[in-house]
Amino acid sequence: MKHAYATASGPLPVLDGLDVSVPTGTFAAVVGPSGCGKSTLTRLVAGLLKPDEGEVWLHGERVKGPRKTVGMAFQNPVLLEWRTILDNIILPLEIVAPRMPRKDRVDRAMELLEMVGLTGFEDKRPSELSGGMRQRASLCRSIVHKPDVLIMDEPFGALDAFTREDLWQTMRDLRRAEPFTAVLITHDLRESVYLGDQVIVLSGRPARTQYVMDIDLPEDRALDVLYTPPVADMLHILREQIKIAQGREEGGH
Amino acid sequence: MLSKIAVPILAIVVFLGLWEALVWVNDWPNYKMASPSDLPPAFWKYKELFLTMGWQTLWRTVAGLLLAVVFGTLLGMIIGFSRIARDALYPLLIGFNAIPKATLVPVISLIFIGQHDFNTVLMAFMISFFPIAVSVGIGLSTLEPEYRDILRALGASRMTIFLKIALPKTLPEFFGALKVAATLAFIGTNLVEIVSPHGRGLGALFKSGETNGDYPLMFAVLIALALLGIILYYAVVMLERYFAGWAERENS
Repeated sequence: MKHAYATASGPLPVLDGLDVSVPTGTFAAVVGPSGCGKSTLTRLVAGLLKPDEGEVWLHGERVKGPRKTVGMAFQNPVLLEWRTILDNIILPLEIVAPRMPRKDRVDRAMELLEMVGLTGFEDKRPSELSGGMRQRASLCRSIVHKPDVLIMDEPFGALDAFTREDLWQTMRDLRRAEPFTAVLITHDLRESVYLGDQVIVLSGRPARTQYVMDIDLPEDRALDVLYTPPVADMLHILREQIKIAQGREEGGH
Repeated sequence: MLSKIAVPILAIVVFLGLWEALVWVNDWPNYKMASPSDLPPAFWKYKELFLTMGWQTLWRTVAGLLLAVVFGTLLGMIIGFSRIARDALYPLLIGFNAIPKATLVPVISLIFIGQHDFNTVLMAFMISFFPIAVSVGIGLSTLEPEYRDILRALGASRMTIFLKIALPKTLPEFFGALKVAATLAFIGTNLVEIVSPHGRGLGALFKSGETNGDYPLMFAVLIALALLGIILYYAVVMLERYFAGWAERENS
């Protein structure tokens, strides 16, 4: 794939020679230096942008524009302040399944709320919830319509470290219950290893695939796994790859 | 709850007391400044006129304001969604807003001779649509892209995104502007009512008080106008509570 933004000083290539493939039903974590084009990648996969060159394929179909089978979550939970948590989660169903009865929508939303531990908060406004709870609600909204693909752009980036770890576990619970393929953009290497089936390291801009690591950890991994020697080795390798991506040699800074 | 009603009433009583004292201490005659105690007789003497004229002023103000809401919102949508329209229309809008509307009274009364109701509504409209258009335009143009993307990624149409996201998100700014516009509309209505010969409404009543040297009547009209302004303002506040109550934060 290749993509460039038009700027005042000519085209600014953000992605060049990017080749990523994510097997159906797996979880891909994408890491890379700041400004390397990770967010552009999410917009390409979501069909919000068209690549200048190359193609995006999802589930055997070429992406030509937005599609109803995609879910998106951002660093900002973007909940609608005038809706209750329940009605926020239902929002995608109003677009994707306009004929679905209200009761079925509510049942689906309540099921997800229970999975993320927000039962009892369905009638609250977003402003009454903490940052972590809002992000949980945002995750529910991104998968309420049972998307094939869930695209997440640093969804846990603005949370404190402990809340973030709680959400990692919630994310794993959701994956066990829902069959989506996931693409997670993140800056957090521990997050990428804990959540991912594979970790993709992008180079600095223009981004291309620099390194792919398969994460060979048990399916029901506990958070403690992050403190074991094999994971420490993985994190070390990824850290070195990020340094290379940033254009810095080992030992340099 | 009690303090919500008692405090403003107390403030009004204190204000009237200070006003009365000011006139009394200076021993001003009526033609210099009427005191609050002169007003009830003036209201009583012309009570029918106050009711009919007050109604005239009120309905024309509200009609002008409604026009301003419709036109201002449409204009706000245009400048909110289109960069080109924004660049093209802003200088014109600001220029138009900078013209003192009093100077337009003879202009419109020459264009629409004798159409007193129409001219009054038109002036109320012209003076009050600007804040609505600007606030809706700013509200729409500053919508964070993620808000659009959560629906756009699902293939929602522009209209759906507008109705479900952009419109409700702009409501707090819209009501803020509507409060300003409501008081401005009164100014527009009264401009025409006062300046037009043989006008109607509270402005005309004020003018006749002036002509006849009935100073308590003039002050009574001012108070009646203030009262109407307060009523209309709180009507907007009620609408705001209903439609945009979510934007209000609980005081901690």
